[in-house]
Amino acid sequence: MKIHQISLFAENKPGHIAAPIRLLETEGIDIRALYLADTEQYGIVRMIVSDWQKAATLLGEHGYTVKVTEVLAVEVLDHPGGLADVLGELDQTGINIEYMYAFPDVRAGKAILIFRFADPDVAIERLQTAGISLLTSDELLKN
Amino acid sequence: MSSILQSSMTECHPASVPDFTPVQQLRDLQLRRLRSVVARTWQHVELFRSRMDELGITPDDIRSLEDIAKLPFTKKTDLRDTYPFGLFASPMKDIVRLHASSGTTGKPIVVSYTQEDLNVWTSVLVRALAGCGLHRGDIIQVAYGYGLFTGGLGAHYGAEALGATVVPSSGGHADRQIMLMRDFGVTAMCCTPTYFLHLIDRAAELGIDMKKLPLRAGVFGAEPWTESIRQHIESGSNIEAFDIYGLSEIIGPGVGCECQRHTGLHIFEDHFYPEIIDPDTGAPLPDGCEGELVLTTLSKQAMPMIRYRTRDITTILPGQCECGRTLRRIGRIGRRSDDMLIIRGVNVFPSQIETALLQTEGTLPHYQILLTRVQGLDQLEVQVEVTPEMFNDKIGALQELHQKLQGSLDRVLGIRVRVSLVEANSIERSEGKAKRVIDRRTS
Repeated sequence: MKIHQISLFAENKPGHIAAPIRLLETEGIDIRALYLADTEQYGIVRMIVSDWQKAATLLGEHGYTVKVTEVLAVEVLDHPGGLADVLGELDQTGINIEYMYAFPDVRAGKAILIFRFADPDVAIERLQTAGISLLTSDELLKN
Repeated sequence: MSSILQSSMTECHPASVPDFTPVQQLRDLQLRRLRSVVARTWQHVELFRSRMDELGITPDDIRSLEDIAKLPFTKKTDLRDTYPFGLFASPMKDIVRLHASSGTTGKPIVVSYTQEDLNVWTSVLVRALAGCGLHRGDIIQVAYGYGLFTGGLGAHYGAEALGATVVPSSGGHADRQIMLMRDFGVTAMCCTPTYFLHLIDRAAELGIDMKKLPLRAGVFGAEPWTESIRQHIESGSNIEAFDIYGLSEIIGPGVGCECQRHTGLHIFEDHFYPEIIDPDTGAPLPDGCEGELVLTTLSKQAMPMIRYRTRDITTILPGQCECGRTLRRIGRIGRRSDDMLIIRGVNVFPSQIETALLQTEGTLPHYQILLTRVQGLDQLEVQVEVTPEMFNDKIGALQELHQKLQGSLDRVLGIRVRVSLVEANSIERSEGKAKRVIDRRTS
């Protein structure tokens, strides 16, 4: 149920994101989702990639500061209210979202929500109890 | 012979015998050598002779060790001004090796050695390493840069002459260094202390427990380091960390080294005569007073240095070490007089910044101090590389780290500092030594 996400520290300067992304591409690693959290000075590039172990090793070897974190993925129907429904149910479970981002899966008419919780194991249990189904890593990367 | 002397000597390599010379005998030897090196330098080095003339003295005026205070100082700028060979006292045909500084601030500094000089250099390193308890059978990895820098080759020949197995890994390639340490069963490391801290961190990332390696000693030098770095090194690995001191202008590493008592660094006084002076007035200071270390090479042929101002701030420790060595000791060098930065009238030493970073993070990230002047006002920026241990993928946590570093630097330095978090490996390194200060103030 847990998805491995790669996070990369980058200074907020021109070209600082392009280089590591190119590195992943030349090694044949697909980027399924990418989200940038930034401040004026620096940012964090969060990515879901086709081969997280290879990506983490590769970036580490090239001197980048990388962290692998476990996140959860939820699929919702891409229609008005889809997201609000899930968030509403999450609210009921009382677990706090550390951060989240979403990306559409246009062909399937769905959207995928990525959540980071402080304790992913507790979150899995509560989400399943609440009837929210989670995507496995394989399901997320299959397309 | 006292029992303490006997027991210490039996632990040591035969080459360590001069470490235990009775004091009066050592002073007599020093005076003989001082008179000889002054006469030779006066004869062969024009700059030295002209400075003696200005002072109205000749080598005959040196009749006691105290008379050394009559002699003119030699400064780093003298080496630059006479680049490349102006201070050589031997003809080129007798010079078998040249080394040079990296020359990042203009012309490099060139130093030279006769075969006899190289033999002396090797002998002091053997004594230094033996004093750290190393011997034949040890596997010593030398991770100082090999090449023009004196660190690599100096430590290399010393370790080889000691009878140890030498792994000349040179600097860089942390992953390979760690692989060699593990696969070869390395028992001792020679490198800069900050590089070893980096190896500890990197080994942890690779899932290698440094404490399970046979490594038992580290001989660290080429940059000033603090007790807090020693504690971090010793708690992050199972080694005993020794401080070795040296500078290329004098010979390279091996001017002095800690023994197993860790109460200061013994200067190999039969070859290098130490004095402490007031850095402002140049007046000699008695043992126990803090000041600038001045060294005179007593036996060097190719490029003798008379009263060389090291810019290193330390003390000659009074009294004799419990190890039985009669060699005087200097305190560990935590700072250099030319390291001191004056920012908006406040004295700041890079070592303070290091201590603050270590205390906040428990690891020493690479950092750099950037000085600028904006509208006539000095600005101090400390750039800190974000290591994987410090990195958290929540923006809030990074901002918290940022504020924590900011707060602790402001507190330690007593002035407002701008802290920047920068990417790993974005700060330039040279010879394994990080370039700590970039001063872009134009006066």
